[in-house]
Amino acid sequence: MSAGMQPPDGFQLEVKGLDVAYGDCQVLWQAELDVRKGEIVALLGPNGAGKSTLMNTISGLNKPVAGSVTFEGKRIDGLPAHQTVGEGIAHVLERRRLFPFLTVADNVLLGAHNPRARASREETRQRVEALFPLLKARSTQLANSLSGGEQQMVAIARGLMARPKLLMVDEPFLGLSPRMVDEIGTLIKRVRDEEGISVVFIEQNVELALGLADRGFILESGRTILHGPSSELLGSAEVKRIFLGDFAY
Amino acid sequence: MEVIPQLVVSTILLGGLYALIAVGLTLIFGVMRVVNFAHGEFLMLAMYAAFWAFTLLHMDPYLTLFVSLPLFFAVGWVSYRVVMRPVIHASHNAQVFTTVGLSILLQNAALVLFTADAQFLRTDYYTVVLRLGGAVFNLAQTVAFVIAVLATVSLFAFLRWSYTGKIMRATAQDPQVASLMGIDTGRIYALTWAVGITCVGAAGVLLAPIYPVYPTAGLQFVLIAYIAVVLGGLGNMAGALIAAVIIAAVEVIGSYTIGTAWKEVLYLMLFIFVLVVRPAGLFGQRGAEALGT
Repeated sequence: MSAGMQPPDGFQLEVKGLDVAYGDCQVLWQAELDVRKGEIVALLGPNGAGKSTLMNTISGLNKPVAGSVTFEGKRIDGLPAHQTVGEGIAHVLERRRLFPFLTVADNVLLGAHNPRARASREETRQRVEALFPLLKARSTQLANSLSGGEQQMVAIARGLMARPKLLMVDEPFLGLSPRMVDEIGTLIKRVRDEEGISVVFIEQNVELALGLADRGFILESGRTILHGPSSELLGSAEVKRIFLGDFAY
Repeated sequence: MEVIPQLVVSTILLGGLYALIAVGLTLIFGVMRVVNFAHGEFLMLAMYAAFWAFTLLHMDPYLTLFVSLPLFFAVGWVSYRVVMRPVIHASHNAQVFTTVGLSILLQNAALVLFTADAQFLRTDYYTVVLRLGGAVFNLAQTVAFVIAVLATVSLFAFLRWSYTGKIMRATAQDPQVASLMGIDTGRIYALTWAVGITCVGAAGVLLAPIYPVYPTAGLQFVLIAYIAVVLGGLGNMAGALIAAVIIAAVEVIGSYTIGTAWKEVLYLMLFIFVLVVRPAGLFGQRGAEALGT
């Protein structure tokens, strides 16, 4: 889609020194994340590491205490969520979170609500429908009548309707059958390859995540402790320690 | 005069008015999860608006209606910005105290400004009745009913088919995701509140030629609206509509067969019975108050 401005260091999204707290409870400590244009990046880490909090802070659902989020050269930390999407970041929350009592078509329609996307809504819908044929077949059904995998597809399609330059998906494979996992994985690749949209996704299964992503970021207890190309991380003893425990070496 | 057709006509005419009051209340609850305990006071203000426009400016209440729609939309918008916005993300307790406080404030402001005396708006055509098939229609009640039905149906259509209506339903169902779509949920709450107040404002103007106006006039009607909203299933607009007609039927038939004094006893008994048998209301789904329409 549109070619964004590239900051000098080549990162489309750059998160630096991010501290986030829920009341008195600090969840993120100096968290880091960066994404190059057209990259697929996996955000990994055990339960409660702060992966979702990091994503929510990028999309504006949370406000950081300290640190910066820069997207295409512009500081976006502190922007409310309804404005962040207009900057070109779409966020698909954990457990799909479709509007349960709206039809599939209306869910997809509202995906293009932001002013950047609304003008070209029809054109975007045709492109998204080409990627997700089920949108047409199920358009008049209520969203809560779909299966988990179908809901995930509609949720990603709804995210793409925002004409994002970066798509963030929180646990896209959660609770899906192996066949559906393959299908969603393929779709994420196609979104990047065919539409040129960068993707960040959260996943707990290291092999699955790094098999799909170009690079990975690993969070533990709210800190970014490791990042690098997928091939490097897959062979790393440190990664084995984090996810399997000390006995694994 | 035949009894059965007359009871049916009275039920429908009364039910239409109750529905218009209830529909604004259930809209606000359905989208914002706020119970507006000041709903009756906005009704009272609209009744006074019609009364003063008639007394001072000799404006017919049905003319006042057209002025009251934008006026009460503005009243709703301003009252949201000033009173509700600070508590929209606060606990339910804080919201209850806020709307109850607003209700007391408006009642007492009316008491100071307009005194406690019951006022009557008497148009020339107050006593005009229409006759059809053995039933007698009071003209003011019939007009009120027709406008109430038109308003309710247009609100339904607006929510169901208009783009803004879809945004409102989406916000009701998941405000966090709505904001990720680029929807400014604060504006949607302001709009919802304003539309709900506009409905009750219209209802107040329509009631003014039929019922006396005094500072606590809203209470008797809004009690019925609360019952209709809960009876129909919280946040379920069609349910509130049907429940409004059921309450009207109980009131009309009870008043005829047992006595007017018993009408509250009868519909409150029905209300308690339904809550015991179906706690989620007649058409509500268990847990629906957490999901939206």
